[in-house]
Amino acid sequence: MKPAPLEYVRAETVEHALAALAGDEETKVLAGGQSLVPALNMRLVRPAVLVDVNRVHGLDDVVPDNGVLRIGALVRQADRRLLSHPLLAEALPHVGHFVTRNRGTVAGSIVHADSAAELPLCLTLLGGAVVALSTRSKREIPADELFVAPYTTVLQPDELVVETRWPTAKDGWGYAFSEFVQRRGDYALCMAGAATGDGELRVAVGSVTARPTLLEVDPEHPGESAAAQVEPWGNVHASPAYLKHLVRVLVDEAVARARERTAA
Amino acid sequence: MIPIELTVNGRRYVETVEPRLLLSDFLRHGLGLTGTHVGCEHGVCGACTVRLDGVAVRSCLLLAAQADGAEVLTVEGLAQDGELTALQEAFRRHHALQCGFCTPGILMAADDLLSRGAPPSRDEIVDLLSGQLCRCTGYTPIVDAIAEVART
Repeated sequence: MKPAPLEYVRAETVEHALAALAGDEETKVLAGGQSLVPALNMRLVRPAVLVDVNRVHGLDDVVPDNGVLRIGALVRQADRRLLSHPLLAEALPHVGHFVTRNRGTVAGSIVHADSAAELPLCLTLLGGAVVALSTRSKREIPADELFVAPYTTVLQPDELVVETRWPTAKDGWGYAFSEFVQRRGDYALCMAGAATGDGELRVAVGSVTARPTLLEVDPEHPGESAAAQVEPWGNVHASPAYLKHLVRVLVDEAVARARERTAA
Repeated sequence: MIPIELTVNGRRYVETVEPRLLLSDFLRHGLGLTGTHVGCEHGVCGACTVRLDGVAVRSCLLLAAQADGAEVLTVEGLAQDGELTALQEAFRRHHALQCGFCTPGILMAADDLLSRGAPPSRDEIVDLLSGQLCRCTGYTPIVDAIAEVART
C-alpha cells in the first residue's frame, strides 16, 4: 500500500505544469489527490512523473461571469463560495467526507470521471464545461463530450484542466439532487439530478450508467420513463432490477423537489 | 530525494525524503510521531487525519514532499505541558474511546470542525464521523464528547 517509485515535479506556474506534462514519460497531475493517491497507494496507477499543481497561482478563484460560475482547478470541495450555486450546495455534502472535501478539488473529481461521483453528474445536468490547456492547444470541452466511460474522459495526457464552468442558477428555476448510498460519504448506488423552469425539465442520472447521462423524460411520469431508459448492470450490492427501482424513486424525488423550488 | 522544511507541532524539521514517501509514514517513521495511525491507506478510515496549515487532511493521501513549508499538527501537538485540551478531556469523561486506534484521527478532524466559528450541530458532528471509522464505541459517546465541547 505504498506508491511505486516516481519522480515528483512541483509546478509553480501553469506554463511549468504544461511543460512537465508535455514530456515523453507517463505523467499524472496531482491536485487534491483524494482519488489519485489511493490509486497510487494501491499501485493501480504507476506514473513515472507526478506533476503537483497545488502551488500554482491563479487557479483558486470562484468567479460568476456572464451566467457561468468559473471555478478554478484548485478550488476545494469544502470551499464555501461553491454554496452560492443551489445544485452544488445540495450535492457537495454527499461528496466524500468532511476531511476529504477539505483537500479534494472540484476539477479533480470531474476529470477523475468516476461514474458514481456526484460532481460529474451535476456538471452534466447543468450543461457545464471544462477548460483544458496544453502546450499545443486551449479548448473548452462540454460535459456531454468530456465523459466517455468510467474513469475515462476525452482529455489527452498532456492536457491540464485549469477551470470548470457551471451555468449559474436561472431565475425562477428549481434544482435538486438525490442519491442512495449504503453509508454516508460512500459512492452512490444510484443518483439523480433535476433542473426545471420555463417549461423545461432536465434530468440526469449517474452510477447506474457508464457516464453521467441526460435523459429525456415524460414530465408526467419522470421516474418511470427514466427507469425504462437505463439498463444497469447490477453489482455485488444491488441487482439490475433494484437499481432500476432506485432510478424511478430518485428521479421522481429530484423532480418533485426541483418543482417545489420553482414555485418558491 | 527531495529536501523539505516543515514545522510539526511547533518544532522545525529539515529533512530529505523520497518523492513517494507518504506524509503518514514520514510522521511515524521519520519523526517517530506514532500517534498518527495508519489504517486503510486509501482515505476511508480517517485514522491518519492530521491538520495541515490548520485544515484537517488525510496524511496517507499526501506526499511528505507536499508538506514542504507547511505547519503540521498531529495528536501529539494537542496537549500542552501535560494539560489535555478540552476536547481530549471530554473524550475521557464520555468514554469516547476504547481501543483508541481511531481516536487521534477523530480528535484532529473534530479539532478542525470546532475551530470554524459557529458551533457545529449534532448532525454536522455525525456527518464528520462518517469519515472516521470506529469499531468499538458505537459512536454515541464520541458525538456526545464533541457536542459538549461545541456547546462551551
